[in-house]
Amino acid sequence: MNSPATRSHPPVGILGYGAYVPEGRVPAKVLAAAWGRTGDGRLPVEEKSVPGLDEDTITMAIEAARHALARAQGTVEASRLGAVFVGSESKPYAVKPSGTVVAEAIGAVPWTSTADFEFACKAGTEAMRAAMAFVGSGLAEAALAIGMDAAQGKPGDHLEYTAAAGGGAVIVGPADLALARIDGSCSYVTDTPDFFRRQHLHYPEHGHRFTGEPAYFQHVEAASRRLLDTLGQAPSDYRFAVFHQPNPKFVRKAAKALGFTEAQVGPTAVVDRIGNTYSGASLLGLAAALDRAREGDRIFLCSYGSGAGSDAFSFTVTGRIEEARGRAPLLEKHLDRRRPIADYGAYLRRAGAVRTL
Amino acid sequence: MSREVGVLGIGQTPVAEHWGRSIRDLAAEAGRAALAEAGIERVDAIYVGNMASGLLCGQENLATLVADAAGLLPAEAVKIEAACASGGAAVRAGYQAIAGGLAERVLILGVEKMTDKITDAVTAALATAADADYEAAHGASFVALNALLMRRYLDERRVDREAFAPFAVLAHRNAAKNPNAFFRHEITTEDFVRSPAVAEPITVLDSAGICDGAAAVVLAPLEACRSRGSEARRPRAVRIAASASVTDTVALGARRDPLVWESVGGSARKALQQAGVSLKDLDFYEPHDAFTIVTALSLEAIGFAEKFRAVDLAKEGRFDAGGDLPICTLGGLKGRGHPVGASGTYQFVEAVQQLRGAAGAAQVENARLGMVQSVGGSGSVALTHVLEAV
Repeated sequence: MNSPATRSHPPVGILGYGAYVPEGRVPAKVLAAAWGRTGDGRLPVEEKSVPGLDEDTITMAIEAARHALARAQGTVEASRLGAVFVGSESKPYAVKPSGTVVAEAIGAVPWTSTADFEFACKAGTEAMRAAMAFVGSGLAEAALAIGMDAAQGKPGDHLEYTAAAGGGAVIVGPADLALARIDGSCSYVTDTPDFFRRQHLHYPEHGHRFTGEPAYFQHVEAASRRLLDTLGQAPSDYRFAVFHQPNPKFVRKAAKALGFTEAQVGPTAVVDRIGNTYSGASLLGLAAALDRAREGDRIFLCSYGSGAGSDAFSFTVTGRIEEARGRAPLLEKHLDRRRPIADYGAYLRRAGAVRTL
Repeated sequence: MSREVGVLGIGQTPVAEHWGRSIRDLAAEAGRAALAEAGIERVDAIYVGNMASGLLCGQENLATLVADAAGLLPAEAVKIEAACASGGAAVRAGYQAIAGGLAERVLILGVEKMTDKITDAVTAALATAADADYEAAHGASFVALNALLMRRYLDERRVDREAFAPFAVLAHRNAAKNPNAFFRHEITTEDFVRSPAVAEPITVLDSAGICDGAAAVVLAPLEACRSRGSEARRPRAVRIAASASVTDTVALGARRDPLVWESVGGSARKALQQAGVSLKDLDFYEPHDAFTIVTALSLEAIGFAEKFRAVDLAKEGRFDAGGDLPICTLGGLKGRGHPVGASGTYQFVEAVQQLRGAAGAAQVENARLGMVQSVGGSGSVALTHVLEAV
């Protein structure tokens, strides 16, 4: 069996991180009412984030990248980023990288590498793994990885309640400069068609209950167990755990199966507040953990992307976190910045679901 | 004069969402388990009860495929289809072959693999049990037809849908004791009341779930079952005391009274007469509880309850374990799960477990005589078997 290394040589870590969530919020009850359903407490979340009319994955990625750069101040500047990777399943262009726009906007051009990653909801952590490889191999001094989505949920589909907007960015660099060292990571992938969007279609399709046990849970649990075993760590060694968060239930069920507690996953379950930000979800959860972490804390992260795969990571927070944290807005500030959208028509317009051509 | 027919072996897979397994795989596992228990390697014929392998798995010619997978070529193999009653109809085909002297050892296999398709496709496949011209073409899914029945029952009887809660609650309670059941957890009346609608007034907890499974039975002349192996190691012999099949119109609208299921009542009467017993002699009854309304209509059709009284008797606990007539003793379709074409065979296998005294925590005390009933469509075909421990 293939047994790849879980850490790079030299070791790497996170120099800066940033989050972004648009301020629009549509209550699940508004969506339910539009489709004649009673909002009797069975809706997966209270409300979800919706991008503004002039926002998309690229603009939101730039916001998060700027926050990450602010926190990396003193360790690396934008012009020295050897790579800019954007992971998303809502790329504004089918052909043309989002990464070049982001790199230009933050001042990383022209001597940099960019690429867009697509792996359903784990495109963001896949970008992180690539950034780790760039830095770990010496191809780059530092590399920026972003997971960002303005997720598409078909009107009337159950996913419409949770398909949200937002994401995060991390700058990967040498471990000795990091605010959190990466202790190790691993990736677990199979051909499991639980959720997909075919070329030229607007909305993804999903396999209903098939998206649970054989898809999300199998992959998250396999990747998580492998990393914990390899590092010789137990769930109790971690202060926070972050799991890909398609809905509040899945996070708790996966956490419980692996032996993590609500105290570890509750603070990072951003889905409870704004829904599922797809490629952005794992990075937002990581931002929530870093916003609260102290020196010496360990953070566990496991993403999930349909199709399917999981990336697991283990971080150890360093003393640099304290000075870095205050240089950019905390995720909490983004979550509190809410502008409710009270009617379904306005929501559709914002979600880009009304097409005139 | 026909021969007496007995059960030589049984086998089953757990009922579950077997995401990683194919219909061939499930059928072969259950079939091999039954053959192993029967202590035989070969059979003369294989009858496969299955409703929708064509639509759900893209596979017809199923019986031969399964015979091959189970290592039973070149035995005769044929699929028996009677909608949701397929599993019961396959048992009857095997019974006829042994009773009539056409075969000495027969394998009956009920199997369905539903989870390879998403819910919409499964709903469409199940709707083929209804009348395509007069029901399905008008958009009536199978659950919608049962919803019409339940609505009419509620209106005529003037009760709330909560009256049906005991059927779901008892099914889950019994399923919790069955290691092969799909839903191994208990539910409360409150859970039932709060359950979300599928097609009003039917909710999730009125309905048997979509799942996969295979159950198998080896039938042989009763004498062969009695004389096999050493007495100490031989399970108690079980004979098929009666087998009956009765049909009615496929379309509900063509019935005199859609709340009176003549096929269910007719096949029960015929079977009881054939067995020479009466309802009160039964130690348990396995109804085709695909929806709670079906359980109520079945209990009324066989005459255990008067019209509109089944819900009252259920409330009194008369169908619970330890009641007058325990039903769904290992969870029924609701609790064990309803892999459609396999359900009739599961019921039969479970009845054999009860009569052998091998039903574990779900054992009905001193079970000697049981009746199992498999119903296809909205009461359009009913297969009834009476089994007796001998």
